[in-house]
Amino acid sequence: MSDTPLLDVRGLTTHYVSARGTRVTRAVEDVSFTLRDGETLGIVGESGSGKTTLALSLLRLLPPGARIIAGAIRFEGEDLLAKREPEMRHIRGKRIAMILQDPMASLNPLFTIGDQVGEPLRVHEGASRRGAWERARELLGAVRISAPNARVRNYPHELSGGMRQRIVGAIAISCGPRLLIADEPTTSLDVTIQAQYLSLLRELQRAQGLALIFITHNLGIVARMCDKVAVMYGGRIVESGPVRRIFGAPAHPYTRALIESIPKLGDSNGRLTAIEGQPPDPAALPEGCAFHPRCPVRLEKCATERPRDSVVGDEHRTACWLHG
Amino acid sequence: MNGSRAAALTVAWRLASFRSRLEGLPAFPIVILGTLALLAIFADFIAPHDPQVGLLGERFRPPAWQAGGSTAHLLGTDHVGRDVLSRLIFGARISMTVGFTAVIFAGVVGTTLGILAGYLGGWVDQVIMRVTDAWLALPALTFAIFLAAIVGPSASNIVIIMALVYWTRYARVVRGEVLSLKERDYVRLAIVAGCSKRTIMKRHILPNVVNSSIVLATLMLGVVIVTEAALSFLGVGVPPPQPAWGLMLADGKKGLMAGYWWLTVLPGLCIMLMVLSANLLGDWLRVKLDPQLRQL
Repeated sequence: MSDTPLLDVRGLTTHYVSARGTRVTRAVEDVSFTLRDGETLGIVGESGSGKTTLALSLLRLLPPGARIIAGAIRFEGEDLLAKREPEMRHIRGKRIAMILQDPMASLNPLFTIGDQVGEPLRVHEGASRRGAWERARELLGAVRISAPNARVRNYPHELSGGMRQRIVGAIAISCGPRLLIADEPTTSLDVTIQAQYLSLLRELQRAQGLALIFITHNLGIVARMCDKVAVMYGGRIVESGPVRRIFGAPAHPYTRALIESIPKLGDSNGRLTAIEGQPPDPAALPEGCAFHPRCPVRLEKCATERPRDSVVGDEHRTACWLHG
Repeated sequence: MNGSRAAALTVAWRLASFRSRLEGLPAFPIVILGTLALLAIFADFIAPHDPQVGLLGERFRPPAWQAGGSTAHLLGTDHVGRDVLSRLIFGARISMTVGFTAVIFAGVVGTTLGILAGYLGGWVDQVIMRVTDAWLALPALTFAIFLAAIVGPSASNIVIIMALVYWTRYARVVRGEVLSLKERDYVRLAIVAGCSKRTIMKRHILPNVVNSSIVLATLMLGVVIVTEAALSFLGVGVPPPQPAWGLMLADGKKGLMAGYWWLTVLPGLCIMLMVLSANLLGDWLRVKLDPQLRQL
C-alpha cells in the first residue's frame, strides 16, 4: 500500500444555515479520518448524528442551505473542495460511486437494465450505446446475474428485488471507481436479502480492490463488513479505530453503550440495555461533550469543556475525558 | 442465408410486438379520427364540390333524404349555395391542422418550461410559475380573442394564439410531476453518478413526463378544437371564405329558425364527434402509457 491514503479528510465541518441565517445546525463538526485502498470504514451513529451529511459532503452534493465551513478532503492526493462543479461531476460516479438508501427505488422504470448500467459509461467515458450495452453485459455477470444477455433487455419491473440491488451494485462499479460510499444500503431490505447483498458488496470490493465507506446504524453489519469503525455522535467522531479494538475494548462510553444495546442470542435472562435519554438536537448541541447528559460515567468538566482527541491504542482514538 | 432468416425473424418479431402494443385500441375514436384524418388529407379528391364557391340558385337545398334535396348535394347547401358536405370535409382539414399543430406547439413550449421550472427551481421556477399564474388568471377565450384582435385572423395566427394561451396547462402539470420525480432515487442516483443537470433533465425527467404531456395533449386537442370553433364563430378565427366548422355554425345560426337545421347541426355534430374521440383516445392513452399498467 502506498503512503498517501486514498481519502484523507481533515477537520471537515458542514453546517446547515437557515434561510435568514439565524439557526445554525452543526451537522458535521471537525471530522477527520483516512482511508486506504481496499479498506472498509464503517461510520456508525444514531439518526441525526451527521452520517449522511458527511457522505454528501464528500461528494459535494449537499442540499441547499448546507455549506462546508472548514476542513479539507483529499482524494487520491487531489483537494476535492477546490474543484469546480464540472470537475466534481467527473469524479462522481467515475472515481467515487455511491449507493443510496433504497436500491429498489434507484432504477428508472422507463429504461432497460442495459441502458441504466451503461449510463455512467456513456456519461463519463463517452461510450456508444452499443459499447455501453456490451460492458453492461459483463457487469451483470460480475454481480452474478444469470443470463445477462437476456437481462440487459429487461425493464426494472420485470426483475426481482434481489436482482435490482445487484444491478444498482453493477451501476456503482461500472466505471471502476476507487471508492464506494454505501449509505445504509440495507435498511429497506429484509434480513435474508441483506445478508446476500452484503456478501455481494464484499465480493465486489475484493474483486475491484475498492475502498468502501459503509454508513449504518447497525453494529452487527459493521462487525461483519468493516476493517475500521468511526462512531459519530452529535456531528463529531467520538471514537475511531480498528473493528477488533472497538468491539473488544471500546473506550468511549457511547460506543460501550451502543455495543451493550445489541441484543445477544441465547442471553435470555438479561434485559436489553438501552441508552438513556434522547439523541441531541443537532441544532442545539449541549456544551462540552455532546454525550454528557446521557453519559453514565460523566465527570464534572464534561459539561463545560469539550474533550480532546486522544490516542488510546494502535490507530485507536477517542474524544473522552476519561482517556484525556 | 442464416443471417437473412434471422433478419426476417427480427422483422416478424418487431411486427408482432408492434401489434401487441396496439392491443386494446379503442375502436370508436380511432375510426372517427382516422376517417377525419383521411378526409382532411384527401379533401381535394373526396369533396364533390368547391367548398368556397356556391351557386346562388342552389341556396338552402336540404340534405338528399329530405323533400327537395338532391344527390348532387348530399348534405344540402348553405345560404350562398355552397355544398355543405364539401365544406365539412375541408373543415376537417382546418380543424385537424389547427388542432394538432396548436397542441404540439403548446406542448413543446409548456413541457420545456415546466421541466426547467420544476428541476432548476429557484428564480427560474419563480419567474415561470408567476407568468403561468398570471396566464391562468385570464379567461382562455377572452385572452384568445384579445390576441386575435391584435395579430388579425388567419389559420396560422390561430395556431400561435392557441399555443400562447394553452402552454401554461402543460407547464403546470409537468412542473408538478417533475417536483416529485426529482426526489426519486433514480434521479438522485443519476446525480451521484455524475450526470449533468442537462443530461438528467433530458434522460431521466423528460421521458418520465412525456407520457403525461401526450395524454394532456390528446385531452387538450378537444379544448383547442372547440376554442378554434368558438373563435371562428365569433369572427376572429379563420377568415370567412374558408370552410371552418365554427364559421359554418356562425353562418348557419340565422337559418336555424327558418328550419335550415343542417347548417348548424352537421358542423356541430362534427365538432362534437372529434372532441369526443380526442377525449376517449386521451383516456385510453393515459392508461396505456402508465408503465405500471403497461407490463405484459
